[in-house]
Formats: sequence, structure tokens, C-alpha cells
Amino acid sequence: MGMEWFVLALSAALVVWVVVQYNALVRLRNQVRNAWSQIHVQLKRRHDLIPNLVETVRAYAAHERETLDQVIRARGRAVEARSVGEQAQAEGELSRALGRLMLVVEQYPQLRANENFLALQEELTSTENRIGFARQHYNDSVMSFNTRVQSFPAHLIASAFEFREAEFFELEEVADREVPQVVF
Amino acid sequence: MWEAIRRNRRRSVVLLASLAGTLLLAGGAMGALVGGSAGALAGGLAGVAYATLLAVLALRAGDRLLLAGLGAQPVRARDCPRLRNVVEEMAIAAGLPRVPAVYLLPLPQPNAFAVGPDPERAAIVVTSGLVKRLRRDELQAVVAHEVAHILNQDVRFLTLAAVAVASTTLFSDLFWRSFGLGGRVGRLRRVRPGPAWAWFALAALLALLAPLAARLLYLACSQDREYLADATAARLTRHPESLARALEKIAGVRTPARAVPRALAPLYIVNPLQVSFGNGGFATHPPLEARVRILRKMAGAAYADYERAYREVQPDGALPPGPWRSGPTVPVQAPAAEPQAEWVARVREVEGMLGARADWIVLRPCLCGLRVRIPRNLERESVRCPRCGRVQWLAAARPAAAGATTTAAARAALRYRRRSEGWEAFRCACGKALQLSPACEASRLRCPACHRRIAIEPAAAPAHTA
Repeated sequence: MGMEWFVLALSAALVVWVVVQYNALVRLRNQVRNAWSQIHVQLKRRHDLIPNLVETVRAYAAHERETLDQVIRARGRAVEARSVGEQAQAEGELSRALGRLMLVVEQYPQLRANENFLALQEELTSTENRIGFARQHYNDSVMSFNTRVQSFPAHLIASAFEFREAEFFELEEVADREVPQVVF
Repeated sequence: MWEAIRRNRRRSVVLLASLAGTLLLAGGAMGALVGGSAGALAGGLAGVAYATLLAVLALRAGDRLLLAGLGAQPVRARDCPRLRNVVEEMAIAAGLPRVPAVYLLPLPQPNAFAVGPDPERAAIVVTSGLVKRLRRDELQAVVAHEVAHILNQDVRFLTLAAVAVASTTLFSDLFWRSFGLGGRVGRLRRVRPGPAWAWFALAALLALLAPLAARLLYLACSQDREYLADATAARLTRHPESLARALEKIAGVRTPARAVPRALAPLYIVNPLQVSFGNGGFATHPPLEARVRILRKMAGAAYADYERAYREVQPDGALPPGPWRSGPTVPVQAPAAEPQAEWVARVREVEGMLGARADWIVLRPCLCGLRVRIPRNLERESVRCPRCGRVQWLAAARPAAAGATTTAAARAALRYRRRSEGWEAFRCACGKALQLSPACEASRLRCPACHRRIAIEPAAAPAHTA
């Protein structure tokens, strides 16, 4: 009698363990996916903000056409980018173009006193921060998911149910941290 | 993170169970004293019902009661974009399921706290003094600390702990009033020695110890939460220095805390000004100086860095279990620059927000930069800027006044008197900035934006030519 019960209990414990591990992996993977969609929400937010910003700046600094055009072109490329690598590059470029625009704006005190522009600038700063934080959260989630997938007992479950390691999202480092630093 | 959350959940369950048990025993004991075994049953049931009622009430409506009692006002996005943005940024950084609601408490003392039964229904409350005094990165650090409390589910536990303290205190009061020295001692004399005395001893013991135990538990639990929340805040913002500076600023303003409204007396220990972010001296929080020193000693922004710094500053202290050893190294990053770093701008923003509720309207800034605030129902067509004397028309500020008739009246009334012979700028009633050159001799012009006619009157003749 004893042996069957022992085997039964053992296999029940095994099933429970597998279910727990599997659920933990699913939770982490969903966290990664949520974090990824959050990045996209924020990038979209930035894309939506730019036409308004460009129009406001144009009203005061119409002859900075080249800088403005660069921003618009960079936005166009960022909107159209499809692959992750392409997107990271286009967004980096957009960040640089925006950084240049913000430097140009320094020369127009009237523009900087403009209520509408100040509101836009706050939104832009916040959007840059959000993108940064969304990326940070995404990378943190990827880190804990990957650690889980790679570490030993969970690794068995992960490979059995085809949980693949997620990819980190890295903008070009220099461009990325340079941009939001609008100096006054 | 998950250890902390699990620990909080476990503690919440244990707390609720022991609260229900205590009240069951206490109610039973008191009931037995009055009416034997039937009384014991009734008393026990009443005790459990009371505990359940309190817990449900606290979790369902505790936050709303608290906010309403304190007079906190909800902050909408257009009221204070900076504050809303900072909260949304930190919610994103923490991966909260929903952006917490934001409330502003009109109070000069800088402070903040978080309420809410769970991360989905959490709210962050900041005082107006905090928003005025802190720079963007400092505000962000404080908000990150509160978001950390929400993330670690500290808030729910603290609410329950407060309920435990309040209800055990109430029981204790009830007991001493009914059976204590000043109460109906005579009734006890008539009770024969025996089981009743045992009941009395049990009830007395509980009445003495339960409130004390609840309070001690509350204090012990709230202390180490602060360290964990600080560490999480540093990790979320990647910049411990901001939080250190914010804590210093908060500590630097030692105006006496306003008394908590008596309406909140049942939840008294949830002193809103101490729940999660008080200044140093309170027992619910570790000494502020230590917290600042730990933050300053951090080499990176990871939990491991916080733990190392903590060991340096408090070699014989003990951190609560948490994610201290987990995670990779996280470098410190400089926060983004603030678009408007001006203290004056912040004060205006907050005052404007509070004023908006008092039915003031803030005009578009005058060309000299001054923002003029007027009562909404001011019966005038224009006001003069108190700083530069430029006329400001109110037509654009009150679009919904009375439709076409007022617009016509406003059009007729646009009359600008020049103040000098030189360059001059003013705003049309539609808000368009117009400039007059010294050579301009026109007696009227048309606003290029709204096509209103504006009469230009020459400057008053200087005295000596008159």
C-alpha cells in the first residue's frame, strides 16, 4: 500500500511544481510584453507631440527651416520604422534632432515666453522621461525573465514550453542620454 | 520585490486573523461576564462582526474617507501638468497597472503619502508646500517613494494595521468603562468566584495588552518599510541624490503639523502626515539623517548598493527581508533637466491650481511676464497689469460669458493708449501679441489674428508742453 501512495504523492507534487513554475514564467513573460507595449505607447505620444511643437516654433523662428525639417524627417522615419533595430536607430536620430531644435530655441526669448511653447516643452520633457522609464522597466522585466529562463530548474520548464529569452531594447547610449538635457 | 509583497500579504492575513481572534475572545469574555455562556457566544459574534465590518470599511472606503476628511483636492492633468507628468512617469517606471490618482492637500508643510487598498485603486497625496518647494527631480524622487509603497503593497497593510489599533483601543475603552475601576465594579462583586473571574482576567489582560501589541506591531512594521521604499525609489529614479535632497528639504521645514481632523479619530494612528513620509522625529519612521546618509553613500542605484550603504551607516541595524541581493548593477543616471526650474513659476502653478477651485481665472501672461488673476465674475471689460500698466482685455479669458453680444461690446471697447513714443507691445483681446513701432502713426489697426479693430490713442502729452 505504502509504495503506490508515495509515488502518487510524488507525482502530484511534481505536477504542482510544474504548474507553479509555468505560471511564474507566464507572469514574467506578460510583464515583458506589457512593458514593450508601454514603450510603444510613449513613442507614439512623442510622435504625436512633434507636429504641434514644430508649428509653434515655426511661428517664431520660421527661418530655422533646416532644423525643423530635420525633426519632421526624423519623425517620419521613426513612424515608419518596423524592425526593432530600425526603430531604435530612428528614435535615436529623432532625439538628436529634437535636441538641436531645443538648442536653437534658446535664441528666441519670445518663443520661450510663449505659454503654449512652455506647455509643449513640459510635455516633451515628460515624454522623453517616460520613454526612458518605460525602457528601463522593459529592460528590468527582460532581465528577470531571462534570468528565470536561464536558471536551472525553471530552465527545464522554459525549454519544454518554448519560452524564449527576450531581447533588450537599447537606444544608442550617447544620443539617448544627451537629448533631454535641455540646458538653460 | 515579490518577497516584500508576499511578506506584506502574509502579514495582512496574520494581522486580520489575530485581530478577529482577539476581538472574538474579548467579545466572548465580556459577553460571558454579563450573561453567561449565551452572552459569551453573542459577544464573540459581535466582536468578529465588528472586526469584519471595520476591515471591509477600511479597504472599501478608507482612502476616500481619509481624503475627504483631510480636504484633499483631485489634481487633473491640466491643473498641474508637472505633477501629473511626474506621477505618470514613476508609474511607468514601476510598471504599475494603473496610474495612481493624484490629490493635492493645501498645506504649507511639504509632505506626501499614499493611500488605497491595492495598486489598482491607489492614490498619491502631496501637499501644496511640497509641489512649491521641490524641483522636478526631487518631486520625482518623493513620488517614487510613494509609488514604491504602492508597489510593495505597504499601503493596504498600514490601513489594516490602523484598523487593528483603532478597534482594539475601542474594545479596551469599552471594557474599562463597563467593568473597570470607575465603572460598574459592583456588578462584579455579585459574580461568584469561579469561571467568571477567569473571564474577567482574560478580558482585562486583552484590554491591557491588545492595543499595546497592535501599536507596537504597527510601529515595528512601518519603520523598515521606509528603508525598502527609499531603496525602490532610488532604483526607479536611478538617482539617489534627488531623494536625499528632497528629504533634507522636507526636514528643513519644521512647521508644526496641523492636527488631524477629529472626524478621522477612529483611524487616528494613520496620521496622514506620518503614514509614509514624515520628518525625522516620529517613531513611525527611521531617523531622517540616517536615511539621507544611506542615500548619499550609494555607489549605484541597485538594491545591492542600498544594502551596502545601509551596512556602512548602521552596522548593527537590520534591513527587512527584500530583494537586496537580487538584480544586476544599476548605474546612477543624471535626471533630465527641468524646463521651468523657477521657484516663482512653481508657486504660481500651485497657487493657480488652488485658486482655480476658488473660481478665479488666470489671464494669459501679460507681455511683461506677469500673470494676473481675477475673480471669474469681475464685471469689467479690461484690467490694467499691476506691474507695467498695460491694458488686458478680458474677452478672451471669459469666452462663455454671454455669446455674441459681449463679443460685440468687447470689439467696440478695444482702445489702446500708447504709453511712450518708442517701441511698444501689447496683446489684443484674442491673445495675439502686437507691436507698435515708433513710426506708427495709425489711429486704428486691425488685429491680424481675430480682425478686431483696435483704436490707438497717442500717449498723453508730457507735462511741459501742456
